[in-house]
Amino acid sequence: MSEPKKQITILQLYPRDMNIYGDHGNLQVLVRRLEWYGYAPKVIHYNVGDTFPKSADIVIGGGGQDSGQEKIHADLLKIGPVLKKWATDGTPMLMVCGLYQLFGHFFRTLNNVNLEGIGILDVETYGTNERLIGNIVTTSNAFGEIIGYENHSGQTFLGEHAKPFATVIRGAGNNSKDGHEGALYKNVIGTYLHGSILPKNPAVADFLIKTAVKRKYHTFSKDLIDDMFANMARAVARDRPR
Amino acid sequence: MPQSFTIILGKAVRYAARLRGGGSALPGLFVERISPSFVPDTLAQLPRGVVVISGTNGKTTTTKMVVSLLESQGIKVFTNRTGSNFVRGVAAALLGEIDVKGKLNADIAVLELDEAHAVKFVEVVPPRYSLLLNVMRDQLDRFGEIDTTAHMLEQIALATTDTVVMNREDTRIRAIAPKLQHTVRYFGLADHLLSQFPTDDELHDNGPRTKAPARPKADVVLKDFNEKGAAFTISKKDFVTPLKLKGIYNIFNSAAALALVRAIEPSASVNSLLGALSTVTPAFGRGETLTVGGQPLELVLVKNPAGFRLGLESYDPDGYATMIAINDNYADGRDMSWLWDVDFTKLSGHPVYVSGIRAYDMALRLQYDEVGMEKVDTELSKALANFIALHDGTPKRIYCTYTAMLALRKDLSKITRVEVVS
Repeated sequence: MSEPKKQITILQLYPRDMNIYGDHGNLQVLVRRLEWYGYAPKVIHYNVGDTFPKSADIVIGGGGQDSGQEKIHADLLKIGPVLKKWATDGTPMLMVCGLYQLFGHFFRTLNNVNLEGIGILDVETYGTNERLIGNIVTTSNAFGEIIGYENHSGQTFLGEHAKPFATVIRGAGNNSKDGHEGALYKNVIGTYLHGSILPKNPAVADFLIKTAVKRKYHTFSKDLIDDMFANMARAVARDRPR
Repeated sequence: MPQSFTIILGKAVRYAARLRGGGSALPGLFVERISPSFVPDTLAQLPRGVVVISGTNGKTTTTKMVVSLLESQGIKVFTNRTGSNFVRGVAAALLGEIDVKGKLNADIAVLELDEAHAVKFVEVVPPRYSLLLNVMRDQLDRFGEIDTTAHMLEQIALATTDTVVMNREDTRIRAIAPKLQHTVRYFGLADHLLSQFPTDDELHDNGPRTKAPARPKADVVLKDFNEKGAAFTISKKDFVTPLKLKGIYNIFNSAAALALVRAIEPSASVNSLLGALSTVTPAFGRGETLTVGGQPLELVLVKNPAGFRLGLESYDPDGYATMIAINDNYADGRDMSWLWDVDFTKLSGHPVYVSGIRAYDMALRLQYDEVGMEKVDTELSKALANFIALHDGTPKRIYCTYTAMLALRKDLSKITRVEVVS
């Protein structure tokens, strides 16, 4: 008899209101790769007003309309302290665009309205009239080249305790000034990249998976996944116009 | 400059541009520059005014249906059938239709305009009627947010002088109605069909849809449909008609076309309208069927998640060879995120030929849905020839983005009859 497969729980934050840029793709990549590696992924969709789970091995969240951000805001502040504790303990998380912004200290709109964040990432975001939009290529020591698409008018600036997730090679990134893209705290990644980010950047997907599996089961038995299509898609995307 | 000179010069540029094999908007741009009042002045002559059709999905086919329905009532219609839907595209289409005195031989203009262009157009030419189809996730790289797109449709509704016809099943469109002083008429779906048209919002909402929400009364309701035709409730009476259009989205939009034409021509008999509707064929690239080597080849335009989902939902892959061609030129949208909001598992067991500039993004997407692939090739012309050769005796279907469709039609016109759209 074969052993039952080891379970890994993925918590997806607010799929109803924060899902705008193919964020579903990130979830699907985690689920499939976990299966292909021989684990049993379990997905919890958490929406406003749901019962918050007691634990999760990976937490992901996406981007939304401005109206979506307003809808989830109060609920996020409520679950913020638990998420912060998980983050400090080393739970891997991926927050894209809108939820990246709200994982910071605040989002200040053009009309000077402050949308308070949950402060897991030491970043601040300011609304602007300028939309940073187009294909983007970045690089990081941990993940090599990270390739995706950005589309945001909020500009994010790192505080002194925040590390950038990557450095921009082509495109804008966090803002139109400092060449940083995203933020990193322990195993929490905040980023503006979609496209979706995980399919074309399997190194980032595997970082989340490996970290989660090692925290829970201490070893990671990695079967091989054929990432040929991802590599070819990266090669094409790298040279497309902005 | 006198209008007649503008027209003669414009016609000359149009002729020259066509000799060159050039785009449809250039002569329009020329006329727009030298005489900005050309379009509004020309359209102002029309006794029955201007109709604007906008929304994310289905504009071209709906416009085609509306034109046929109006013509069946003996109304002469001017339309921009190239789908070159800038003000200058309309100007170019006008140049082809008017005489040198600037007289347009038509009673009414029916124009398909994308949301951003429509907003600019209605500032210059307020429409008498407008039809708002839907707001879906599309071209976010151009428009930013869906809510922004909805706001554009609101501008079109506000500029309309007589009647606004709306999709009552689209919450973002329905939300525009309270802001209007206008007569608003609706088209809609019977409750039991609602689940077949999930909105982008509902797609990510895993809770089951409980009960159909309360919504306004609709003049035309799609009650049911199958491969052969559709049943409508029109002004509370039930009707059944055969249809040549396929695809649930085309059939839903036929309810939109009926509601609009009934607003424009209230005296039209329902049976005569349905008779005209039953003869309408799909617009080019929208489920259009060509014949290649004695076998049908269908072109299905896909440009956003809702459209792609409905396309896959509408067409059975059994017995067909399937190709998907994804480009990311400006007109297609550069962001590939949308492919991840489409479920491709319906194609499982039917190996797909993948092509287009972003063939590998598409292949990657299919890999994660565990759908098999026959071949992946970014060179579209080569891929098309190979795909046709591989499936000699089989019907074929190609899902393609906009610029991929244009390229495919060009190649296909060398080996089969392809309707020329000028």
